[in-house]
Order: sequence, then C-alpha cells, then structure tokens
Amino acid sequence: MSTGKDAPMPNAIARHRPASARWRRLRLLRRSPFTATMAIVLAIIALTALVVPPFIADAAEQQNLALRFVEPFSLDHGIAYLLGADALGRPMLLQLVMGARTSLMIAVSAVVLAGLIGYAIGMFSAYVGGWVDAALMRIADIIHTVPSLLLALAILYVLQPSVTNLILVLVFTRTPMYMRVARARTLEVREGVFVEAARAIGSRRSRIILHDIRPLVTPTILTVAMLEIATVILTAAGLSFLGIGLQRPDVDWGMMVADGRGYLSSAWWVTVFPGVAVVITALAANVLSNWLRAIEDPTQSHLFAKPLPAEAPAPTSSANLGSLS
Amino acid sequence: MASVESDPILVVSDLRQEFVVTRGLRRTRFAAVDGVSFSISSGESLAIVGESGSGKSTLARAILRLVEPTSGSVSYRGRDLLALNAAQMRAARRDLQMIFQDPYASLHPRRTVADIISEPWRVHPGILPRTEWDARVLELLHQVGLPPSYAAQFPGPLSGGERQRVAIARALALSPEVLVLDEPVSALDVSIQAQVIRVLMSLQQELGLAYVFISHDLSLVRLIADRVAVMSKGRFVEVGDVEDVYTAPQHPYTQALLGADPALMDSLDGDDPGDIAPELRERGTP
Amino acid sequence: MNPTASLDQQPLLDIANLTVTFPSEHGPVRAVRGVNLRLRGGESLAILGESGSGKSVTGKAALGLIGSRVRLTGSIRFEGDEIVGADENRLRALRGRGIAMVFQDSLDSLNPVYTVGSQLEEILRVRMGRSRSDARREAIALLEQVGITSPETRLHHYPHQFSGGMRQRVCIAMAIALRPRVLIADEPTTALDVTVQAGILRLLKRLQRETGMALIFVTHDLNVARLVADRVAVMYAGRVVETGPIDEVYRRPAHPYSRALMHSHPSAATSWSELHPIPGNGPSKSVVVAGCSFHPRCPVATERCASEDPPMLAVEPGRSSACHYAEEVLRGER
Repeated sequence: MSTGKDAPMPNAIARHRPASARWRRLRLLRRSPFTATMAIVLAIIALTALVVPPFIADAAEQQNLALRFVEPFSLDHGIAYLLGADALGRPMLLQLVMGARTSLMIAVSAVVLAGLIGYAIGMFSAYVGGWVDAALMRIADIIHTVPSLLLALAILYVLQPSVTNLILVLVFTRTPMYMRVARARTLEVREGVFVEAARAIGSRRSRIILHDIRPLVTPTILTVAMLEIATVILTAAGLSFLGIGLQRPDVDWGMMVADGRGYLSSAWWVTVFPGVAVVITALAANVLSNWLRAIEDPTQSHLFAKPLPAEAPAPTSSANLGSLS
Repeated sequence: MASVESDPILVVSDLRQEFVVTRGLRRTRFAAVDGVSFSISSGESLAIVGESGSGKSTLARAILRLVEPTSGSVSYRGRDLLALNAAQMRAARRDLQMIFQDPYASLHPRRTVADIISEPWRVHPGILPRTEWDARVLELLHQVGLPPSYAAQFPGPLSGGERQRVAIARALALSPEVLVLDEPVSALDVSIQAQVIRVLMSLQQELGLAYVFISHDLSLVRLIADRVAVMSKGRFVEVGDVEDVYTAPQHPYTQALLGADPALMDSLDGDDPGDIAPELRERGTP
Repeated sequence: MNPTASLDQQPLLDIANLTVTFPSEHGPVRAVRGVNLRLRGGESLAILGESGSGKSVTGKAALGLIGSRVRLTGSIRFEGDEIVGADENRLRALRGRGIAMVFQDSLDSLNPVYTVGSQLEEILRVRMGRSRSDARREAIALLEQVGITSPETRLHHYPHQFSGGMRQRVCIAMAIALRPRVLIADEPTTALDVTVQAGILRLLKRLQRETGMALIFVTHDLNVARLVADRVAVMYAGRVVETGPIDEVYRRPAHPYSRALMHSHPSAATSWSELHPIPGNGPSKSVVVAGCSFHPRCPVATERCASEDPPMLAVEPGRSSACHYAEEVLRGER
C-alpha cells in the first residue's frame, strides 16, 4: 500500500520544538518588566560573583587601620571605598563581592545537592510505594518539622563552622522538601492517560518512571529550586550571623551583617549594605521563581496575555447586510 | 464489513473485576465487571455499548490486564492472558493494543510524534532493527493519513483527530491482531470523527484486525460493527448481530436505549416520566 | 412553533454584529466575529456548532457573563434594552428575570455546601421578596415542575446526592424560578447518558409550552437540536453561517459547511464508506483566515472565497446563508 515514495527518506527525523515554543519564556519575560529587571539583577550579581573575585581577593582583605569606618558614597579613597570601609578598614564594595561569591556558592551547592538527592529519593519513594514509601516520608516529615535553625545549631555545634559543614547542614534540612515535591508530582503525573498507554505497549514500570514521568517532574523541581535559592541564602546568612556558619577568612554576607552589628549608630553601612545585598538577591530569586511557575499555569494565563489593541480591530466580514431571519 | 475468519481469536470467559469499597466501617465488594463472556474473530468488529457506570471502560482495561481482573479468563489464540507472568504478559501486549478516549491525554506531551510512534520498538527490542525505524514511522503516518512533516512535531499543535491518528499509528507499530478501542472518537467533533472512523475501518479491512469497540454512540455503532453487546451494571444484557439488535431489541434496557437515542427519535412527544428506566441503570445513588 | 409568535413582533432578543475579543498570550483572539441573531417570544432556536465555533461565548454574552478583560462590540438588545455596555446593576436585574441560563456542568453550577432547597429558596426570597414559608412552598412546586419526585424530601439534599440528570433538573428549576422570558441552555445534556438526556429534553419542551418562554439551545449534536428547536443558527469560526427552520436546513442546506456537517454524521449514512469527513482541522483560534473562514476546507470554494468574506444574505424567505454560492448550494447545483 504505502511505499513512502512520496516522502523524502531522511536518514534521521529531525527533532525540534517549533520556534515559537522555544523562545516563549523570553517573549513572556519581555512583557513583564518587573520580572525582567529582577532577572537582570540576579544575572549581574551572579556574574560578578563568578568573575570578579580572583582579581580583587587580595585588595578585599587589605586591612588598613587608617581607613577604618570610611564613609560611603565618596571617591576620595578610590573606587574600592565607594561603599565605605568596615571596622578593620577593608573596602566594603570588594568585601561585598567576595561575600557574594561565598553566599551564592553555598546557596547553589546546597540547592543542587539537596535537589538531586531529594529528587532521586522522592521519585524512588513514589515508584516503590508501600512501607518503604511511608517510612521515607515519615523521615522527611521529622526532619521538616524540627526547626531548621535549631537543627543547624545543634549540628554545627558539634562540627566546627566551615563552608563545607554549612552546606551539609543546609542540604540535610532542605532535602525533605524536594523529596515531597518530587514524590507528589510523580504520583500526579502517573495518573495521566499516556502512562496507561505506555503500560499498554508493554513498558516496564522502571522505564515509565525514568522515561515518561521524569521529564514532567523535572520542571517542577527546577521551579522549586529557584525559590529555594532565596530561602537558602537567607538561612545561610542567618546562621553566619549567629556566628556558627562560617569563620574568617571565609566571609559571606551574613557574617558581614554580624560584624557590623555593634556599630549600627556610628557606621551603619557595615551592616546595612550586606543586608541589602541579601534582600535583593533573595527577592530576585523569589520573583523569578514565581514567574516561572505562573507561566506554566493555565489558570494564570491572563497575566501574560497581550493587552487588546486600543481601537477595535476592523471586522473582516462585511457585517450584517441584507435581511436576516 | 471485512471478511471474517471463523475461529475466534479472542475468547473472554466469565470475566469479573471487583473492587472493595469502604463506606464508613463497612467494606463491600463491588463488581464493575460482573461475569462477561464473548468471543471475537479476526476482521470482526464487536461493539460494546452502554451508559456511564455500565463498566464498559473497566471491561476494556480488564481484557488487556491494565487492571487486574478478579477472576475469569481472557484467551488469546488459546493462551489465557490472565495466567501469564509479568514478562510473558509484556510480550503478549504486542498482539493486543488499545486506543484511549482522550487524545489530549494519551500522547506524551514532551515527545515528538516520531518518538511516540517508535516507542513500542524501544520497549520490545528485536522487533524492528533500529535502522528501519524512521522509514516505518513514515509508513505508519501515511497509513493513518498524516503528512510526513508531522513526525518531528510535538503533540501540542495537533488537533484531536490528528492526535488520535497518531495514537492509532502507535498502536499499529507492533502489528497487533486485536485492537480494543475505548470510545476512540467521543471526544472529537463529528466532522473529525468521520476522519478517524474511516482510517480505522480501512485499516481493519486491509490488515484483518479484530476490533472491540466501546462506545455510547448508537448510530456510529450501527455503521461500523458486525455484532453489538449491550452492557449494563457490569453485564451483557443482550448480544447479537447489529441489525438484529437494532431492529428487534429483546431486552428492556436495549429497548430503552434505542428509544432514547436522539438519532432514532422522531420527536419529543410523549411523557417525561423523569429519567427513563432509572431502575435499570442506577446503582445506589438517588 | 409557538402559535402566538408572529413575524411582525419585535424580536425578544436581537443580537447585531456581536464581536467578542479575548486577550491571549499570542495576541487578540476573536471568538465571535460579527454574529447576528434574532429570537422571538416563545421561539426555540438551536445554535449549532462544533468546537471553536463560538457558540458558547455567544450564549454567555447574551447574559453579560463574559469577563471584564474581554472586549464586546456590537449590540445585544433584550426587549429593546441594550445589554452591551450595561452596568452591573442592570445586568443583575436582567439575569434570571429576563434571561436565565443552564450550563453543561450541573455539579459546578451549584454550591456544594448548601442544600438544593436553600439555594432555590434564596433566589425566591432575594429576587422576588417571598417570605420563608412562601419560598419553601414555591421551591417544592418548582422541583415538582421539573420532574423531581418527593420534592419535600429532596429539598434537604445536597447537590452531590443527586444523580447527574436529577441535578440538571435542579439547575433548570433554579433557572426558571423567576419566570424568565428566555432560557439559554448551553450543552445541558452533553455530559449525561442518553436515557437521561431524553427526559431533560422533554422537560425543556414541556416547560416551554407551559410558560411560553423562548429557548436558545446551544449544542454540537445535530439530532438533539432537531428534537428541541424550531429554528437553527449554524456557527463556524465565530460567525453564523446559516439560519432557517431546522428541518429545512437539514434537508436542504444552503451552506457548504452545513451540508458537509450533515454528510459527516453517522445517522446520515448506511455504511462507513458513506461517511464524508470534512478534510483538514477545525478553525484555529490564533490564525485568522482571509476571506470566508471555511474556504480552506470547502469542497466548492473558489478564488473569490479566499479574498471576500461572504455577507449573510437571505436565500429564501426565512432562510439566510453566508456563502457566495448559497443559492446554488441550496438548489444542489454546486
């Protein structure tokens, strides 16, 4: 019947998303100026934290007692002191950049590790079901209910404060969330008819989970991870503020806030600038995460609609001429 | 209809599918499929009609062991599918395939049409050499009347009728002999239904497939089925050749169904006694 | 046909050049493009269309139920009063009393936490000022009128305790409680079993006879439309493409789409090879077709159809069609 002679015989069938779908996120981002701004801010912070530190590391640690508490917003001592100096005369601007690297590195590491571990365990839990699933979820509940700050305090009291230990603590306290989300999403996707169709073809359960369900769970996890970056930055800052997160020479924003605590009335900039940095970064991540979730949600589609043109478009039909019944 | 072999290819015997229902403290067994038996031959179309709650969708899934029947047998070419272990059943699935009702949910949204259609060959390695996959995908697309450019598409932009045809192409990928179709066109517009029906019927003629066709659309069933089984409350209340059942229905429920079908009604004259034949349908809800 | 309807009567509902535009991610979507319909008192009109035809939007627009972000242009006059652009108070006064609506999903239409009786009685007390006892009595009478047995007991039941068909009857009772002059039913039986559907259709006809109200029945089902309505308006891609007495339109369609619709329906064929699908896909919301929106799929389209959108013109007394070749289609010459 069909020889396929009318079809060109490609060696491989190209796989592509239609162009409109590929750039959808970018298109919608352009329509939300606030989110776009936040995305740019986050990108700038991330890029700075990535690229700049090797060049300024020494200068940032330069203690200069003659320049203690230099006031910000003047270029008298050079651009490094644009945001003032701290108690030991170190330039705030450069310290902020170094702090950015540490804070972001901790946050990203913690999120990636917790995400991967939680994702794997959550999907596995949903796959296996039964008492294993129940046990894993109870463990997640227990970790989740204990206030993370207390847990962190306890753990870091035993282990000494360091970047590695801080990341470990953060991973431990945040993993249950990913477990829950991955498991819930897996169970939800599992109800889809296409999963039943896969069974009808003869797919094994393992293949269905890895091949069919997984691509639909990943986006959810990514969106959650984005929000988590904000949370982890704040948590890490809090722990460092309490003095149990890091120790010098490692410096992150939280520690900087703690350092300036005693000088709030005389040298407010030592505390305020790192605090503002934390807030802006967390806010940007938060906004971006909400936006990512909203664009995939059909019930919120009206937020991304192109507004109707000002004047009514001319009807393409000559409307109602002639008699009507 | 297509020429029909005499020996049945699929014999279903006293199939039961029970669920345990907990209401408060009581647990009762509820039979969605309550002892169904039928047989079907190659090239034949058996339609199963019924209303919601009749159990017809559960029956479709029970036949293919997508839900595990409680008891009974489903004999394909002499082998009881219900007695097979998991690996044997997976292999047996090559011969019996299913088309689902919702074309918007039965295709994986993130796989291309080509990937969807070739998935059965990934699941059953050895059936078709990898080098031949693309060519065979294009052949199947042609058979269901879709252009080759659709192979690289994702299901998103496709219409309901086109998706259903992709589902048919996928089902045919393993060269099955029996297709169970669970309301395959109910979710489609009437003018598109005709597209899919024509594809299904010409494929049946060409390939000699046996169809178990679940539907609630009586006028459609009349056109495409050789025999029809009327299902209610988990049981077949009447089975017979389509024309016989439609012109001389024996069971009161069949009569009620035919009497209420808008295509067969001349007018709405007559009393409205509330629901027609509610006692023949209802299951505990007022 | 209602014997009191006359051709000189002012139309009860007069929709003229109605256009409904929705904002969307991809730009404005015109769900309804220049629809004209007239409904007389006591008349029964079916709006027949497949998915994407704009039939439901048309029905909802008549009650002002279209959301605030949506743009409505054109005119909808009920008993001479303009609905488009009317303020919320006027619309509220109109809903239920002048025009009422029944939807496809009866479970969604009712509040799950109140008994059916309290929802009915609330309408009667708030809108008609009835006392509690009067409202109760009237509610029982309404439930009886829509064919619900033991209405005194059923009053105290919650929506989920009713079967689909019974629940739809309750929705109908709520819709007719204020004695509307027009009832719009949007696919009321699509989700119901066929044996239940017949009862609902009979109920609607009986109510029409008893109360003299007009009925607009929105559906995709040719046969259901034929049973319920006297006249039909066939919609495609947001426009009305043909109107006329329903039996006439079915028997001798004057538009290629109506004709193709008849020919693709199983009840018109005796074997599957006689089914003539309409090639291609239904109208897409985002793509605007130049000229006649049906021409890409039309078996008798010409170049003129690709550039000129046909106006709706009379082809016979009481029948109109939006096709350049309507008369030839009607006579079977094309």
